Amino acid sequence: MLAHFWSILSLQAGYNTSVVLIGVTLLGIGSAAIGTFVLLRRRALISDAVGHATLPGVGLGFLTAYALGLDGGRNLPILLIGAGATGALGILSVQWIRDHTRLPEDAAIGTVLSVYFGIGTVLLSYIQSLPGGARAGLNSFLMGQSAALSLAEVWIIGAGSVVVILLCLLFFKEFKVLCFDQDFATAQGWPVRKLDLLMLALLLLAVSIGLKTVGLVLIVALLVIPPVAARFWTDDLKGMTLIAGVFGGLSGYLGAAASALVPRLPAGGVIVLTAGALFAVSLIVAPKRGVIAGAIRQLRFRWGEAERRGLMAVADGRNPTPVQAGILRLKGFLDRAGQPTARGLEAARATARDQALWLRYLEDFPQEAMACEDWARVPIDRVLPGDLVAELERRLRLAGS
Amino acid sequence: MEITLADFLTIDLPAMLVGTLAGIPCALLGTFLVLRRQALIGDALSHVVLPGIVAGFMISGSIATLPMMAGALAASVIAVLLIEAIRRLGRLETGAAMGVVFTVMFAAGVVMLEQGVGTRVDLDAQHALYGAVELTYWRGPTDWASLLDPAIWAALPHSITVLAAVALLTVALVLLFYKELKITTFDPALATSLGIRASWVNAGLILMVAVAAFEAVGSILVIAMFICPAATARMLTDRLSRQLVLSVVFAILSGILGYVFAAFVPLWIGAANSLTAAGMIAAVGGVFQLLAMLFAPRYGVVARALSRRGEIPA
Repeated sequence: MLAHFWSILSLQAGYNTSVVLIGVTLLGIGSAAIGTFVLLRRRALISDAVGHATLPGVGLGFLTAYALGLDGGRNLPILLIGAGATGALGILSVQWIRDHTRLPEDAAIGTVLSVYFGIGTVLLSYIQSLPGGARAGLNSFLMGQSAALSLAEVWIIGAGSVVVILLCLLFFKEFKVLCFDQDFATAQGWPVRKLDLLMLALLLLAVSIGLKTVGLVLIVALLVIPPVAARFWTDDLKGMTLIAGVFGGLSGYLGAAASALVPRLPAGGVIVLTAGALFAVSLIVAPKRGVIAGAIRQLRFRWGEAERRGLMAVADGRNPTPVQAGILRLKGFLDRAGQPTARGLEAARATARDQALWLRYLEDFPQEAMACEDWARVPIDRVLPGDLVAELERRLRLAGS
Repeated sequence: MEITLADFLTIDLPAMLVGTLAGIPCALLGTFLVLRRQALIGDALSHVVLPGIVAGFMISGSIATLPMMAGALAASVIAVLLIEAIRRLGRLETGAAMGVVFTVMFAAGVVMLEQGVGTRVDLDAQHALYGAVELTYWRGPTDWASLLDPAIWAALPHSITVLAAVALLTVALVLLFYKELKITTFDPALATSLGIRASWVNAGLILMVAVAAFEAVGSILVIAMFICPAATARMLTDRLSRQLVLSVVFAILSGILGYVFAAFVPLWIGAANSLTAAGMIAAVGGVFQLLAMLFAPRYGVVARALSRRGEIPA
């Protein structure tokens, strides 16, 4: 089993399987790339409405192809054109409801999602009653079935993904400004409306080509999860897009491979679970923004605070609390009997001096002190310029005498 | 094709009851969700309950209501906690956190279904999406008079009893906590100063939404009934009490008309088979909302365009 899984992953399990794997990987990269911009433009859940809104288009596309006698209705290009058309109508409906009625955007998204999907299921139930319709295989659009893709279909998916990736690269700068500073883009005279439309068109393309693989219920995950996971690793848009692309590609690659290995395993579900696992790992271990990094930062802060307070107690001739004493002993500031060592006394004196200077600083320069992030947390000489520290020391002496 | 009275009472009446009884609690709770801008919580929870239902089934080994509802509730609670945790830990906007949680949990449910139970029982992903409004049969009544016989009511399908109980419970809770719900919806600050815990009311509301979302009629019908009747009523009135009543009225109308369009109209116009009722009920709910958005007396698009023309004389 493991050997077979490895042969699928290393593209040695036959031409068809390999092509499917590459196609779905490209799809993951493309969706993640456009998803990054969609997320930053705070439109994460519009993609969900778009995904569901494609279903009536799939049904209408099938009926059109069926009437024309093309492949018994299962003609992917026509199905995708239909999906794109009603998906676009879905976006327009959300915008119309939001802009022209008193209903807020979330209600608009929910309306479009459920009503379009409802109409889609009605069409599908009609198609199932047609002669040969029960075998139309349209249900694979709901949950996704990458193992059942034909080569021609994979080519369409791969080509569409490449188009999405290339256009994201080509318009990277424009999309970036659109996400972060739309007013600037308008002031610069950029065609903001057209760029926005392009972004939505790419979203629509990614959703349409993802339907057959991931399924329309879960396609939103491929757009949203990789960028959200990437966000934990970097603050830079270029890095975020890149990492999101890697996560998306990896999800598609592993998901499609698992779906090829295990019968009855819905590709969409596995792809989304893979993306979810990458998200969980990012949430926990990412440096800076991850949970562990945050906990370590918190711990280090408390540790430093306890050490400082302990030294202050030593300087004032009080007894440090047990926790503080433990830390001081670890650092060699206290001996086994709990008496301060020579180094400990020196450190206590330095801390007491720092504390006094910091307090003086807060009293004499309250605004600057408030703005200082490291106030009272590090030796004052490390943060403030030498002449200012000397001035504070002079004032301290004056006040003391 | 002629529909006999016995057929109607056995097949169509229970289906209509399922369609309308499922819609009533959704419409009531949806009114608050729409007003609080939490409309998508209903969407998210109706996806999230799937792994809970499947887990409840796998553990108990039966499709009895209680273990599956317990699973659904547990899954909803986990989802809400996860969304909140991810939002805080990752400093993400709610929409993104919600998108991550509900898709991953739904995906887990789909995989569990296909791998764990799909081959053993008639519980599959499609069922979870479409539900089975039309698969509820009431073996008993043969004519209107027989409805007066108490023995007939004992044969009432279990799912209808559950739906009716959930609907009654929701109506009772909304009436009981009407003041709290109203104040926390419109003025959270006032609620706090009056000593009403907004977060408790919110949690209670979400739990009720989860129970309503669990109903075995398919997530698509539930999402549509959370939003469309409430949004339709919102277009027509500014009073909360009136909005609640109107949303229930539209939910019932959608349930009945949706079923009629799905089951009877195709046969009347000569088609061989009927269509899916859940999808049609959602579609009818959407049509009501569209009509309200266009032609509502005060807030409709048409009325506002006309009044604007009246304000600025040419």
